Amino acid sequence: KYNNVLKYLFHVYITYLPSYMLQMYVRDALNSAMDEEMNRDNTVFLMGEEVAQYDGAYKVSRGLWRKYGDQRVIDTPITESGFAGMAVGAAMAGLKPICEFMTFNFSMQAIDHVINSAAKSHYMSGGMVTVPVVFRGPNGAAAGVAAQHSQCFAAWYGHCPGLKVVSPFNSEDCRGLLKAAIRDTNPVVVLENELMYGTAFPVSDEAMSEDFLIEIGKAKVERVGKHVTLVSHSRPVGQCLEAAEQLASEGIDCEVINLRSIRPLDIETVQQSVMKTNHLISVEGGWPMFGIGSEVCAQIMEGPAFDYLDAPAIRVTGADIPMPYAQVLEDGALPGVKDIVLSVKKTLHIQPMTDTA
Amino acid sequence: MSMRHFIKFGKPYLHTRSLLRGKYGLQTCTHVAKSTGVQPTSDGNNFIGIPHNCVTKLEFLEPKMENTIPVYQVLDSDGKIIDETQDPKLSDEILLKMYKDMKMLNIMDGIMYSAQRQGRISFYMTNYGEEATHIGSAAALEMRDLVFAQYREAGVLMWRGFRLDQFMDQCYANINDPASGKQMPVHYGSKDLNFVTISSPLATQMPQAAGAAYALKRTNPGTCVICYFGEGAASEGDAHAAFNFAATLDAPCIFFCRNNGYAISTPAHEQYRGDGIASRGSGYGMLTIRVDGNDTLAVYNATRKARQIALEESRPVLIEAMTYRVGDHSTSDDSSTYRTTGELEYWTKTNNPVTRFERYITNQRNCWSAEEDEKLSKDCSKQVIEAFTAAEKRLKPSPSLVFTDVYDELPVNLKEQQKQMREHVSAHSQHYPLKRHEPL
Repeated sequence: KYNNVLKYLFHVYITYLPSYMLQMYVRDALNSAMDEEMNRDNTVFLMGEEVAQYDGAYKVSRGLWRKYGDQRVIDTPITESGFAGMAVGAAMAGLKPICEFMTFNFSMQAIDHVINSAAKSHYMSGGMVTVPVVFRGPNGAAAGVAAQHSQCFAAWYGHCPGLKVVSPFNSEDCRGLLKAAIRDTNPVVVLENELMYGTAFPVSDEAMSEDFLIEIGKAKVERVGKHVTLVSHSRPVGQCLEAAEQLASEGIDCEVINLRSIRPLDIETVQQSVMKTNHLISVEGGWPMFGIGSEVCAQIMEGPAFDYLDAPAIRVTGADIPMPYAQVLEDGALPGVKDIVLSVKKTLHIQPMTDTA
Repeated sequence: MSMRHFIKFGKPYLHTRSLLRGKYGLQTCTHVAKSTGVQPTSDGNNFIGIPHNCVTKLEFLEPKMENTIPVYQVLDSDGKIIDETQDPKLSDEILLKMYKDMKMLNIMDGIMYSAQRQGRISFYMTNYGEEATHIGSAAALEMRDLVFAQYREAGVLMWRGFRLDQFMDQCYANINDPASGKQMPVHYGSKDLNFVTISSPLATQMPQAAGAAYALKRTNPGTCVICYFGEGAASEGDAHAAFNFAATLDAPCIFFCRNNGYAISTPAHEQYRGDGIASRGSGYGMLTIRVDGNDTLAVYNATRKARQIALEESRPVLIEAMTYRVGDHSTSDDSSTYRTTGELEYWTKTNNPVTRFERYITNQRNCWSAEEDEKLSKDCSKQVIEAFTAAEKRLKPSPSLVFTDVYDELPVNLKEQQKQMREHVSAHSQHYPLKRHEPL
């Protein structure tokens, strides 16, 4: 009762604040999304290593075990293939599991269940078997955790029909996409980013509502521009926005697209943009070969936007090496703002001011 | 204080990536262990998770290969009840259904195997030698119990009422196949009969079964799960995970291992070094029993009891049914290359589950006779051939169905492709075998 009074006063307080002031950490966006969905539907439950008493390896599930108890937040033994399979079985039998991988690197040990048990089941059973499971966890590079903890799986999971794959960037993305994923009856992979967990973003009032959903398969134009299209997903979207700021001071106007979803891929938004700007650059943290950028370029080439390109598309990606450990090497292995700026200038045939843009 | 610290939920949380330095690195844990194991006493003489008693003799535990886990048996090889107290005293009606289903299964297998050899279907797997494991266990369950099978459990479906035409339609992948021809032959599934569609990768059904049992415990108490798997599949990591999960989550799941001696060409003694699969059960904290898998009544009794325990005590139970795979692994296998005819003959003639059961119902229960047996064989053959001929004649699914069921709704790209396909095929219909399919 005391909590309800506080909540009311809080809502009154924040209503009278200008909405740009409401900031939310990505971690809390994910936490609140899960909390609200678990509250709304008691077949939703969370399972993974350390998600219960420990509040989550990255504290994303903080408070959920205390609130919902052993039945809804389950600490699993250390066997990814086991608990992924178990999540699929629970989904087949009528529950809605959220299966957390401590990082998606460890999902490789369970990838057979994600693909063969979850993704393909609806098709192979002719629609008789549905698997409404969400696989979520941090994806891609963190900082100083070397090769076996830094791989990006966007292209691996994006490859497979039967899965939906989302890759949120900011807090609003996290709330809307995770809620949509939990409510979706198809298996969904939610690729978060560890380095973003501790970043706060402003969130709109709309995004704070309990039924706030972002359509899976729809990209967002984060910044409107007219000279070049920057397409990205997850953390690199932030880097594109930074590069755009820097380039704006030089009179170059970048349009930044946040893909939000890897599969289905919203190529229409990219096409519309390229038909306006005539230049395309994709930016991703993953490896260059067979990656997200490869797919964007291929689909642009196959569609109407091809005739509007004034230059070949450029892909900015991670280096084609297992992630090194030493910080200076790690920094060199991932795309940075300077790489994005250099690519923009390259495609627009503008002389860079220095070697590092 | 800057507005960056103003957030809706909880205290501001600072980014602490050092909290978990890799999966096997240092963790700073400040929480107390959950009280499911023994609590440490003040003199430190207990360990978390297990009670223990200390000894001063240095001695290693020897896996007991001389005293292996005993095999529970009800019928001897002549079909006579060994211990009267173990007779489940089933009605004539149930006994005859059990027998007839076994015979029908044999005859269906024979005809479908030949069909594959003649190129009428692409693939088939027979069930010879394991009929008792299917029928005995299926008869002990309720229809609402969920079945996760491996691929050699067609008798379970037959018991539940899967009709001959349904078996054939799946193998022929025609318009009556509820999976619209999207799975290979013998990968049956039936939502109505609570039989989850067969999945090819081995043992993947095991953690799924554990998860489903956990879910049913919460949503549908009074319903259990049975998970069938072979002794070879039990080597997969998924099997370990399933056992461990079902046990730690108190899931009402019966793990039924068909130890049939071979995993394709790998004999059981090369599959493991310990005392079969049953010896592993205690390691996971599961109740375990080993039964004579060729003894229908032993399988029935064990499964019935296992179901009761699983539901009443909310815990998994492991049954290892010792049996023999009389047929080849599949139509892609020729087992004569790795086993002797002598061995095969013993299991086909001397220790045959169908024959043992037939002797029981004919001599012990007097509800069957040799004449009826002959008549049954003829009837079954006739029915199978009729079903098979009809299935072969049925149309194949519409090509439009190639695109459906990837997701619950047809996505934009597949909808486009489906439209393009229809337009193209309609325009050039003379080049496509459209007569064999349902309309586009």
